[in-house]
Amino acid sequence: MTHAPTQTATTLTDPQLPQVHEPRNAGMPLDLDWVARVQANTSAIERRAASLPGRRTVKKTYQAAWLAKAITLIDLTTLAGDDTPGRVRRLCAKARQPVRADLLDALGLPPITTGAVCVYHDMVETAVEALQGSDIPVAAVSTGFPAGLSPFHLRVAEITESVKAGAAEIDIVISRRHVLTGNWQALYDEMKEFRAACGEAHVKAILATGELGTLRNVARASLVCMMAGADFIKTSTGKESVNATLPVSLTMVRAIRAYEAATGIKVGYKPAGGISKAKDALVYMALMKEELGNRWLQPDLFRFGASSLLGDIERQLEHHATGAYSASYRHPMA
Amino acid sequence: MTTREIFETMDYGPAPESDTEARAWIAGKGPAFGAFIDGVFAKPGETFATRNPATGAELARITQSSTEDVDKAVAAARRAFPGWSKLSGHQRARHLYALARLLQKHARLFAVLETLDNGKPIREARDIDVPLAQRHFYYHAGLAQLLDDEMPDHAPLGVCGQVIPWNFPLLMLSWKIAPALAAGNTVVLKPAEYTSLTALLFADICREAGLPKGVVNIVTGDGRTGEALTTHPDVNKVAFTGSTEVGRRIRQATAGSGKSLTLELGGKSPYIVFDDADIDSAIEGLVDAIWFNQGQVCCAGSRLLVQEGIAADFHARLKARMDKLRLGDPLDKSIDVGAVVDPVQHATITRLVDRNTEGETYRAATPVPEQGCFYPPTLITGLSPAAPLMQEEIFGPVLVSTTFRTPSEAVEIANNTRYGLAATVWTENLNLALDVAPRLAAGVVWVNATNLFDAAAPFGGVRESGFGREGGWEGLLAYLEPALKTKPLKPVDPVPAPDTPDAPGLDRTAKMYVGGKQARPDGGYSQPVWSAKGRLLGHMGLGTRKDIRNAVEAARGAAGWARTTGHLRAQILYYIGENLSARSAEFAARIRDLTGVNAKTADAEVDVAIDRLFTYAAWADKFDGTAKSVPIRGIALAMTEPVGVIGALAPDDAPLLGALSLIAPAIAMGNRIVLVPSYAAPLAATDLYQVLDTSDLPGGVVNIVTGDPADLAEPLAGHMDVDAIWAFTPHVGAEAVEKASASNLKRSWVHDGRGIDWMGKSGEGRRFLQAATEVKTIWVPYGE
Repeated sequence: MTHAPTQTATTLTDPQLPQVHEPRNAGMPLDLDWVARVQANTSAIERRAASLPGRRTVKKTYQAAWLAKAITLIDLTTLAGDDTPGRVRRLCAKARQPVRADLLDALGLPPITTGAVCVYHDMVETAVEALQGSDIPVAAVSTGFPAGLSPFHLRVAEITESVKAGAAEIDIVISRRHVLTGNWQALYDEMKEFRAACGEAHVKAILATGELGTLRNVARASLVCMMAGADFIKTSTGKESVNATLPVSLTMVRAIRAYEAATGIKVGYKPAGGISKAKDALVYMALMKEELGNRWLQPDLFRFGASSLLGDIERQLEHHATGAYSASYRHPMA
Repeated sequence: MTTREIFETMDYGPAPESDTEARAWIAGKGPAFGAFIDGVFAKPGETFATRNPATGAELARITQSSTEDVDKAVAAARRAFPGWSKLSGHQRARHLYALARLLQKHARLFAVLETLDNGKPIREARDIDVPLAQRHFYYHAGLAQLLDDEMPDHAPLGVCGQVIPWNFPLLMLSWKIAPALAAGNTVVLKPAEYTSLTALLFADICREAGLPKGVVNIVTGDGRTGEALTTHPDVNKVAFTGSTEVGRRIRQATAGSGKSLTLELGGKSPYIVFDDADIDSAIEGLVDAIWFNQGQVCCAGSRLLVQEGIAADFHARLKARMDKLRLGDPLDKSIDVGAVVDPVQHATITRLVDRNTEGETYRAATPVPEQGCFYPPTLITGLSPAAPLMQEEIFGPVLVSTTFRTPSEAVEIANNTRYGLAATVWTENLNLALDVAPRLAAGVVWVNATNLFDAAAPFGGVRESGFGREGGWEGLLAYLEPALKTKPLKPVDPVPAPDTPDAPGLDRTAKMYVGGKQARPDGGYSQPVWSAKGRLLGHMGLGTRKDIRNAVEAARGAAGWARTTGHLRAQILYYIGENLSARSAEFAARIRDLTGVNAKTADAEVDVAIDRLFTYAAWADKFDGTAKSVPIRGIALAMTEPVGVIGALAPDDAPLLGALSLIAPAIAMGNRIVLVPSYAAPLAATDLYQVLDTSDLPGGVVNIVTGDPADLAEPLAGHMDVDAIWAFTPHVGAEAVEKASASNLKRSWVHDGRGIDWMGKSGEGRRFLQAATEVKTIWVPYGE
């Protein structure tokens, strides 16, 4: 690949996390030859994914440090019909202080926050207000989330509204039908327009991989969205019957690697839905480290879309600090 | 490091598996170990150290078993044999099931002990070796259970002497012991001297399982012990996994001994990547192919063949992947590549790589521990097929690579080797995969995967990778023999020239039959053939090694026969039968003249010959492969393929039927054959070529070289372009034939001094078809 996209550097505020920022992905012209060449052998990908948990593990202090890191990678999420400002404020408070301070002290860790808070558009203002002074970005799911079947102009307008309301990150949903019918041009155009509407806000492209049918489609859709300028590619809305899986993740991070090899641009990855155990989070982090490198273990390039993961990590951290297994009620709820 | 520092560096850190229990077992049962004979551990004799290759530290002391120890072990196995073989299949199944369960219960102990002794990463011992070993015993418990019903008229061979390598100590033990026991044999097994510990632990669990004394015996020691075992006169079956060099010595040493032999030897297996493959997955596959077990795998995909157009990109991505491999303490759970087994092996790998002057050598940019037997993952690109490293087995973490242009060229390069164990093909094109897989000279082919193993799927090689299969019903056959009616084999010599020869009017000269044409003997000598009553029947050309050469060349040239359909081969066999039938009176008369039998006997022989042709015409499209039930989403096809060129020395008795009983199964399965007919009565076979000529059989498929088998057997058995040798002539001893066959380790099927009743059912059937075919296991995982 010889495409050299123009790079737009952005400056973000510097929160307490060791944030490092890369040039944003400006995208590149749609390269249909490349898209057509993409292969994904499901059985082989599944075998690699199945053996990964047995190939890498972290123990003791290392595990504690990795779990603390995992917290900084979480997009703490609430996407429920019964969300209220009160509920969202509680979530934001948890995002600011995800782990009891005494536990962090015991483990010798600095104060940490989650990577972001992720809500629906109507809750953006509340979240931004609740997180004021924290440097925790607010992410808004958008574009007719989760199905993405509302009128196109309304989907674009929804992005604009959320950005206006203070969202720093927009999680858009792609039109699955474009993938399922092989209409890559349409997918590219749609993504490009979403990206433009986001302006300075970073855009995460939700592929809804559980609805794309094949890993080959996942790989191709990943590539097209990156060509159209996605800052992140993300597996799922959390509303499909199958959400983030290791084989899907392997497929997508390999696409990220190929895109970087061709363009020099690092695109972020966000698995979402179904990751609720500390142990699972560690496997995903090992996957990122193995396939893409340590650079993808920072919140500007890797996020977990999760709601219940934090609770399990808190209990594991207390186990590290005390040597005794913990109980969920010992940790403040969101 | 502090939590805070790790939070920044995000290193993995150490994750050691505890070796406390394994060391406690060594201390408790050892630390010096004697052989396991007749259900008890003998007192240690002269011992040597077994070491942890990752540290060089001594783990235990192992007895160098003496010839007397081997004698005792074989005697114990012999004593145990009658009782064990008389158990019902179900009773043996219960024992095998108990062993499987105990392997499961002690899984971690086996895994840790294996890693300590061998240096392989604990992940591999824990997730691959030990589960596969368990699976092998479960599967063979099932075979034992079904054996009585499914394989009646088969009997175990007796005492098996088994010698296994150090790369998969427990797994190879399982591959050897499980089928032997299931079939009703008893066993004396010798583990490799570097890695005896898991075999001794297995001996320990045999006692826990309540296995009868003497059914399994373990003798430890080096090659001397192995030699004493494989040449022991009271051993009926030798099974060996190891180097081609030692395999060849065993072939020579056991030649003519009547011992059944299976060999699983070296390889230089091709790993072919087409330009439409899922490249990242193909690269990940290489990690499992050549960096699995430090590359010390007989079927390692060690020869990378990449389509030229993608080679540069492929190599660049491969190098990046190599840099991610972690070398180090094999007991660490996050280690990809452990220690090679011994400093001797390390020195061999180093020497082979250092000697290479071609191409570009890349060593993974990953830290290599300073202490211990560690060799970095290495890739050598830009080699030509002529480079020694493209031909020689390195048996280490070293991958060599070349490129190809077309599928046919890929096959040609892949097959340009003395070995034929395994092959891997990566392509997303089903047409291409299923076209290429059958064309590869290998016993196992993996499509879009590599190093998949299962007890249900036959494993084994062709060419100098050995013969025999392990796994599945096919593997069980290597531990059974059909119960057959045989009679002592007596040579029939040509009728000597009478004092007053009766020479008839017009000379009819029988020539040899080579490449579909009649050929005069290269040496220019002939010998008269006299009837039993002293009448000159004609002459037979006295063949020499050059006639053998010409015939083999013609047979090799008729490769198209292997690609014809079973239906077509059936048609031709029926046609041969039809034409023979039309001339049955003439053939019967010939038999009477040559052998002096009465008309009834001669007629009967011709009738059975026609019947036999029909039998194999029937089989031509029915000796099916099977789809194995392996635990993956995918299929493992055990396909039957022709062996290739078969050299056959026909029996003396039944001069027509004996020859046809070898020719028909061979050509029915797609082989070409070079036949040396009955010495005493060659004209019954040479008359056949007129029948063959009129039956649409392509030239070169059947070749007939007449002469003294004593002169022809060795050139034929030793010819390196012959893939199997069948010797039923009483004029040549089995020893000479099998010794000569070691040249290219061809499969041999020789008489044991007893003759087959060609007129009866024992003269045909599956046994012949199995000898005429190789089983190739093609693994095709699927899923989109």
